[in-house]
Amino acid sequence: MALLEVENLRIELTTRDGTAPVIDDLSFTLEAEETLSFVGESGCGKSMTALALMGLLPEGIGRVAGGHIRFNGEELTTATPARLREIRGNDISMIFQEPMTSLNPVFTVGEQIAEVLRAHQGLSRSAAWDQAVELLDAVRIPNPKGRAGDYPFQMSGGQRQRAMIAIALACQPKILIADEPTTALDVTVQAQIFDLLRDLRRQTGTSIIMITHDMGAVAEMAERMIVMYAGRQAEIGPVEQIIDHARHPYTQGLISCVPHIQAVLTDDRPNLVEVPGIVPSLREFGKDQCLFASRCAHVTQTCLDARPPQKAFSAGQIADCWHAEAF
Amino acid sequence: MSDKPIIIEDETPKAQSPFSEAWGMFRRNHAALVALFVLAVIVFMAIFGPLLYPTDPFEMVWAPFSPPGQEGFLLGTDYLGRDLLAMVINGAKVSLLIGLAAALVSIFIGVSIGALAGFYRGWVEELLMRITEFFQVLPTLLFSMVIVALFGASLPMITLAIGIVSWTAVARITRSEFLRIRELEYVMAARACGVSNTRLMFGVILPNALPPIIVQSALMVGSAILFEAGLSFLGLTDPNVVSWGQIIGSNRQYILDASYTVTIPGVAIFITVLAISLVGDGLNDALNPKLRQR
Repeated sequence: MALLEVENLRIELTTRDGTAPVIDDLSFTLEAEETLSFVGESGCGKSMTALALMGLLPEGIGRVAGGHIRFNGEELTTATPARLREIRGNDISMIFQEPMTSLNPVFTVGEQIAEVLRAHQGLSRSAAWDQAVELLDAVRIPNPKGRAGDYPFQMSGGQRQRAMIAIALACQPKILIADEPTTALDVTVQAQIFDLLRDLRRQTGTSIIMITHDMGAVAEMAERMIVMYAGRQAEIGPVEQIIDHARHPYTQGLISCVPHIQAVLTDDRPNLVEVPGIVPSLREFGKDQCLFASRCAHVTQTCLDARPPQKAFSAGQIADCWHAEAF
Repeated sequence: MSDKPIIIEDETPKAQSPFSEAWGMFRRNHAALVALFVLAVIVFMAIFGPLLYPTDPFEMVWAPFSPPGQEGFLLGTDYLGRDLLAMVINGAKVSLLIGLAAALVSIFIGVSIGALAGFYRGWVEELLMRITEFFQVLPTLLFSMVIVALFGASLPMITLAIGIVSWTAVARITRSEFLRIRELEYVMAARACGVSNTRLMFGVILPNALPPIIVQSALMVGSAILFEAGLSFLGLTDPNVVSWGQIIGSNRQYILDASYTVTIPGVAIFITVLAISLVGDGLNDALNPKLRQR
């Protein structure tokens, strides 16, 4: 049994224009000690998926309209708020995009980590503090003893993201959801954070769900990836295979717009291309057609008439495209 | 040219804690610093004054209406021949205590209601804010007079009456801060760690909402002292304790013959409330991040 199973998940957002499915018929599984990556532009439903897994959809606006989320076989879509709160932190943790704003500014970093330890593991004040220092050491913050007494504003962006990871790890979660963990950081710090996450996964056996729009990050971190477009799965499969041979024009677009530094353009590396157009507005979501059609170079009448079927290829690669075989 | 090598001091700047940073900002406001000193003197007088100047404020010590400075009575005597200095000293304790306690009552009510309304939104907010508006439009002096008249003029009841009519501003400030802070990422991050709603409200959001609440509370101590003075001027006070407002109230018929009996406690109220307001202003400078840049 997989650690996490998501089946035909449908999440609806209620807006002024009515109800729109921000997640439409999404299914995937996550095995223990696996890293799965969600890729896609802004507004494709990546973060919504993460919030749904945590049971933290915006109150009164978003709701699970159908499908199942099973964690260790336990259904989460119908779990009580108290049970969800228990699972959050203990079993599933999350690190957020903005390390600058996701730490509480009025408490020291050590206090914030110790607080989580006390709440979840019932440690005493001094034992929790000692372990907080150890965790800061584990996420490679130099001089952890001294830095534990620092306030978040005294730390750099990279250090804060490390502190966030320490908080998320304090409860020894089985799944760590990282929502664009390095978007706000510069490239060298990004590489350090990826290193850290990889090492921590090896040491603790935590599964990681990484949400990003950076194909480079995916290639570096994940074993499998899901490409999302307009709330739907565009393509799913092993990272290497997809990067090698993407079957969905949107995936191909995402891959070809990653820049490589090269003095001379060769046939292997043509001009950097973009995916023209933008993600359709929420009103378009849920239409019975290929939602990528408006931006696709290979669009045919079939794409506009019906939603594309899931076409399976070797090694579990699935692409939602009418013309997947042709690519 | 000196042949001494230049030594660059290797001193990593130690960042300040929020408290010392706030104190640094407060210190720059000289008026607030002076006011803090004045307030400290008044509080000292209220606590130790009766020991240092042990004259009974209710005892007739000399002929009535003896002007200040005569016969060894620094501030003179009132219409019953009581020592005004002793009355002012003893009145300080009651005025300050009621001011502080009433402010605490209104902070307690205001913060609870504002926090619940701002955190839970929806019908809870709707209901609580309508209640707040109801209290806001009541004529405050009249309402507190009714409470005191109905339930008796004891100190706790006066405190409660003042607290009950003045919590609305705190509730509104607390609610608006909660509305702002509950959407911030660190609150979401705390939720993602499985923090309970009560802890979110009072352990995560409230500490971040405190600065404006503290400033408002400081100002409220001042207005509560004024309120108490107003009530006791009207005679709604415990006759067995001296307060500044009560001295003014009991001497008001002789305002033309012996104006000092009214002026002296009035000045005491004025200085105290002014000092508290200035300290509140200093706190605002110290705690409001938007003013930090100045």
